[in-house]
Amino acid sequence: MRESINCDIKIKHLTRVEGHGNIHICIKNGQVEKASWDVVETPRFFEAILVGKHWENAPVLCGRICGICSISHTLASIRAIEQAFGMVPSLQTERLRLLLKHMETLQSHILHLYFLVAPDFLGADSVFDLIEPHGDEVQRAARLKLLANDGGDLIGGRRLHPTRTVVGGFTMLPDRAKLATLGQRLRAALPDLNKTVDLFGSFSIPDFSRETEFVSLKSEGNYPFIGGQLISSDGVLKEEEEYLAMSNEYMVDHSTSKWSKLSRPSFAVGALARVNNNFSALHPEAQGIADRLGLQPVNHNPFMNNIAQLVECVHVVQDSIFLIDELLGNDWQETRQVVTPTAGFGTGAVEVPRGLLYHCYQFDEDGRITKADCVIPTSQNNANIHYDIIALAQKLAAQCKDDHEIRLLAEMLVRAYDPCISCSVH
Amino acid sequence: MEKTRTYLGVEIKRPRTAFFELSSCEGCQLQILNKEASLFAFLDLLDIVNFREAMSNGSNDYEIAFVEGSVTRADEEERLLKIRKQAKTLVALGSCACFGGVNQLKNRFNDLEWVKKEVYGDFPIETQKVRPLSDFVTVDLSIYGCPIKKEEVEEIVTNLVLGKSIDHPRYPVCMECTANGNICLFKLGEPCLGPVTRAGCDAWCPNNRVGCWGCRGPADEANFDQLQEIMDSHNIPRQAMLDRLECFGGFSSAIKNMSE
Repeated sequence: MRESINCDIKIKHLTRVEGHGNIHICIKNGQVEKASWDVVETPRFFEAILVGKHWENAPVLCGRICGICSISHTLASIRAIEQAFGMVPSLQTERLRLLLKHMETLQSHILHLYFLVAPDFLGADSVFDLIEPHGDEVQRAARLKLLANDGGDLIGGRRLHPTRTVVGGFTMLPDRAKLATLGQRLRAALPDLNKTVDLFGSFSIPDFSRETEFVSLKSEGNYPFIGGQLISSDGVLKEEEEYLAMSNEYMVDHSTSKWSKLSRPSFAVGALARVNNNFSALHPEAQGIADRLGLQPVNHNPFMNNIAQLVECVHVVQDSIFLIDELLGNDWQETRQVVTPTAGFGTGAVEVPRGLLYHCYQFDEDGRITKADCVIPTSQNNANIHYDIIALAQKLAAQCKDDHEIRLLAEMLVRAYDPCISCSVH
Repeated sequence: MEKTRTYLGVEIKRPRTAFFELSSCEGCQLQILNKEASLFAFLDLLDIVNFREAMSNGSNDYEIAFVEGSVTRADEEERLLKIRKQAKTLVALGSCACFGGVNQLKNRFNDLEWVKKEVYGDFPIETQKVRPLSDFVTVDLSIYGCPIKKEEVEEIVTNLVLGKSIDHPRYPVCMECTANGNICLFKLGEPCLGPVTRAGCDAWCPNNRVGCWGCRGPADEANFDQLQEIMDSHNIPRQAMLDRLECFGGFSSAIKNMSE
């Protein structure tokens, strides 16, 4: 038996995550004295910025909450406004929005898996260091990311801070021939996805579990992405506009991000929560990949969020091929509904790459926002990350791991959540 | 990667380069990693030594610093001063760094206490009036846009590395939009800041049938009286024009002049 360990690990501004957060782990004589996840990001006060603004500004401004998931924020904002004004999008608009969302999910997950996560498993500081020793893998990542981003440009007008997505529909529709090409490119990308599965299948995912409540939208047959009820793995079921009964946001003194809790001191949202709660709604190919990579619901290992993201990549590519076939099999209408503002409030729920997102706005009769609320996935996850860090530190202390390993695993744990910290503080 | 590369047989030094972010969505740094077809050729121009969003164990020995985001807290001011001290060339990356960006919309409320209370209730959270980098340090080069356009970044960085001069277009987005043969947004009844906003984005939004929101700030000699006349003649509400002018912070002095 080795001696009990001592360490004081302070990681300021964790790398390879979006935004600014710190990890602190202090172990004395094998006992965890302190372990915490502290968000130090500067708030931008979007909910105040929106007050007094005309409805038209909200999707444009709210997309800017996040550079990585700007499409999702824009869509959540649009849904909240359409719900408030009693608008129902056409099937064509719904399909195009979902396709656009799939492109963002693919782009975001591939960026996370290859650029932020893979360097840990391949012993590098960054993807830049992988260009030479792992040229094939990096080129493959670039190809998949390019495909997703090109799809985002085609449907949304722009991959980042999209232009064509507006309340009532789209300002322009994609060129049909280009959409057909996108479908072909998605089919041609399947071998690249299979090789990605091989790569991640070769990594040994750290063995760590902590029983967790998982929250996501609820499947209505399809794997859920836009709108509808929420469910939790502890049995909670809520309507879209009852989200406050789920988010229960509160402040803690070591974080500028709000925290959330539901049935337990913390809960998790994101790819793992979605897969855990809606496994049977995944495309059969995606279910097969999940089986192959050892992801069975309900899985309580947060490191498996990486695998869940990969499973979702397969799902969204398959579903995008289906959506494109559906779109091309129908005549298109120019769909941009006329908007008539009314006083009231509306809620928009969207499953974004990092989990469940809500935008809720209150309007006056001129369509001006009088109150705004945005509940961000990473702020819902921050408490869970914190409690995971404590449990991980306890486990590693008991195993007498050295500083280097504790540090690396703690960093990898936070990265597995793919936190979007500036988004969580917004 | 090698520290140097050659172009037509001539050795070119790859400058030690760092990327930083203050208050922002980090979307401009994400744009740096986009345009994947030419990404590796682009990355090969630079010796990237610090890029927290994408790499661990960054170095603080760099010549060029790209800074995204605006300053909204004292610690960001300190970080910016430190970066300025180290960098030979400091580049403001995107609208938040250049003008304050959407973050500066917070400044339209005189009472910061109300702003804090609206979001955090009675929990004390520190914040300041949002300000662009140039309020604190000398900015050597600005790259405009929300988001920045990677094609433009590639051109600017190539010129920077080769020591060529970097000139932004002096003319407005309207010129690019017309050249692209787009339907004029005014004719569709849409507000558009194309006539007064600095070009260089190739009319990114109008190409997608969305009026310009002015994220790149004013063109040289932008004519705001004319803009107001055009908007009025198309019955576009004055508020819609003002919403756009104030959105990214680039027109703050123009708004001041208009209200005088």
